Amino acid sequence: MTPFPLKIVTPDGIRFDGQAEELIVRTTTGDMGFLAGHVNCCAPLGMGRAMVIVDGVKRYGACIGGMVSVINGTVSLVPTTFEWAEDIDVARAERSYERAQTVLHNKQSTDTDIVLAKARLRRALVRKSVGTSK
Amino acid sequence: MATVSTKEIKNRIRSMESTKQITRAMEMVAASKLRHAQTKASDARPYFEILLDTIEDIVCSGQGAQSPYLTQRPIKRTAYVVIAGDRGLAGGYNSNLLKMAFSAMEEKDAVVLPIGKKAVEFFKTRQVSLLTQTPQNAAEVSVGDCFSIAKQLCKAYCRGELDEIVVVYTRFVSVLSQVPEMLRLLPLAEQDNKKIPSEMIYEPNCEEVLETIIPEYLGGVLYGALCESRASEQAARRTAMNAATQNAEEMIADLSLKFNQARQAAITQEITEIVAGSQ
Repeated sequence: MTPFPLKIVTPDGIRFDGQAEELIVRTTTGDMGFLAGHVNCCAPLGMGRAMVIVDGVKRYGACIGGMVSVINGTVSLVPTTFEWAEDIDVARAERSYERAQTVLHNKQSTDTDIVLAKARLRRALVRKSVGTSK
Repeated sequence: MATVSTKEIKNRIRSMESTKQITRAMEMVAASKLRHAQTKASDARPYFEILLDTIEDIVCSGQGAQSPYLTQRPIKRTAYVVIAGDRGLAGGYNSNLLKMAFSAMEEKDAVVLPIGKKAVEFFKTRQVSLLTQTPQNAAEVSVGDCFSIAKQLCKAYCRGELDEIVVVYTRFVSVLSQVPEMLRLLPLAEQDNKKIPSEMIYEPNCEEVLETIIPEYLGGVLYGALCESRASEQAARRTAMNAATQNAEEMIADLSLKFNQARQAAITQEITEIVAGSQ
């Protein structure tokens, strides 16, 4: 397949910069796929698994928040956090998941605690599913 | 000369030596932290440059004009995010920044969101109203904290509680020069150099893209400013400590000279006394 230039940039640095053949990410309105020659576009990202095909090999990553844009054939993925599946600490995600669960089941939790715990739960679920499916 | 006791000078030299050791150690620590802070600052830069480009594109395209972020309104209440350090002994780093922020706030309805212990103390004693009650240490603020601060500010802005958001930080020009700077985050500035907008598809629409991106952008800029400030603090501390070490060395040289003179004077006096006694 024809490759296209792809950049994955987070506040912590550049995660990927090179040629890719396909990219699928979860946006706020559902999964979106990109191939070479995509029309210029821009969309905010949701939380979910991102898939990149580089040299015919599929790579997965947990991709949360931010946006994706295509400008003149260059795809820029700018998420708030991005972790390749092999870098994910599944045990840590598991612990975070359990902590969030205890907060949610606790009847004394305040509203802000619950909001935070829900966000943490969603992040932990994404990481867990991406981390275990490598 | 002989009136200055050699013991006194010796004590002073010894205390000077230990001061020198401390300032030298602080200089080394600052230098190693500086390297770390510099790489972090350069890692964060591309992220918010891309976000800024996208926002500029949207603003230029003239779409999304209904967004509260783009509508101009009279400025009544301004929020200042002031990023200073947690500790002193960094030359003029803290005072330069705080002075600039304070003078900008005069005759304005201002609230402050201080980051760093020094900023919190400064604005508390001057009775400026603070936006947060939980003081933040500049060294402990993470990317996540920056994003939650940005979200909080954006919400307040959309509700109309704030009309302007300004960040005050220290820009890292080079290891030897750091400049305090103010940057207006919201409302977004009108673009002078109108680029011809390229054909763009916004999913699902322009407003929603803006609504999601702007808090992200703010968080990114805050994090970038924080990284720059941290690098500046370490650089300023390194320079200040380097100067302190040099001063200590000079004083030690000066005192050693005095010590030798005093000792020599004492010996001379003793000889004179012995000679006078034997005659």
